[in-house]
Amino acid sequence: MQPMVSDAELLARLRDGDEEAFVLLVERYQGSLLRLARTFVPSDSVAEEVVQDTWMGVVRGVDRFEGRSSFKTWLFRILVNRARTTGVREHRHVPFDPTEPSVSPERFDRSGSWAEPVVPWESDVDDRLVAAAWGPVLRAAVDDLPGRQRDVVLLRDVEGLPAEDVCTVLDITEGNQRVLLHRGRSKLRTVLEGERQTRGQG
Amino acid sequence: MNLMRRRADLVCQQAVELVNDYLDGALRRSDRRRFERHLRACPNCTAYLEQIRATVAATGRITPEDLSPEARREFTDLYRAWRADRPTSGDEPSD
Repeated sequence: MQPMVSDAELLARLRDGDEEAFVLLVERYQGSLLRLARTFVPSDSVAEEVVQDTWMGVVRGVDRFEGRSSFKTWLFRILVNRARTTGVREHRHVPFDPTEPSVSPERFDRSGSWAEPVVPWESDVDDRLVAAAWGPVLRAAVDDLPGRQRDVVLLRDVEGLPAEDVCTVLDITEGNQRVLLHRGRSKLRTVLEGERQTRGQG
Repeated sequence: MNLMRRRADLVCQQAVELVNDYLDGALRRSDRRRFERHLRACPNCTAYLEQIRATVAATGRITPEDLSPEARREFTDLYRAWRADRPTSGDEPSD
């Protein structure tokens, strides 16, 4: 496998007029951008427009990008700004239900202890084959998360941005970021647990 | 339901709500200690924590879809158009 060219290097080449570098960047981030855009707008086609617009923004702004944040954070911020301008979902205000439990209350006894033992998942989650089988389930589960939780899970866990960059990109507070991540991850765990039970893996 | 009723010991139902803040290192020291004390005594919540870790790891392996050939062409065109008419300033946020 070829070593992966860094974003910074591709950007430098893009500035120098290397169109292959641009296509490589697009390839690297297109899926991520589409998925994130889709959480803001009502249809795939609008999401594609927003993403197209984002790449226009990248080439227009690239000369002024100084690398103080990572390219990825800058890119996602452009996307979120564009998506908000397209303005379907009001994103800034992030209410949530503070009583929404991570685990169904039925799983606990009256004292708040687990009513039934929690079955450990074996390391098969780390197994590539199992991971491949779970991929589609997990992807669908991420898509099913409520919008704001989905944004945070996508940026933190799929894209691997640090918490503070997620706050910058989405313009939310650190506290909100944490709650949204917690809710989102808890739901994904519940989905995987259900999937394992269906498959008789515990 | 008063989840914060007892300061001394966490019950499982409280502990599961702290798992992600724990993984993020976002718990106050006193809460982290209570959480870790609970984990030491509770194999179920320990298993739960590992399930969350496994979930995060699996989520990190979701990959974006590949770019279709048409999309690739489209973006090449977009880039060429930009290069042909390269502006001197833009309206993007600075980083």
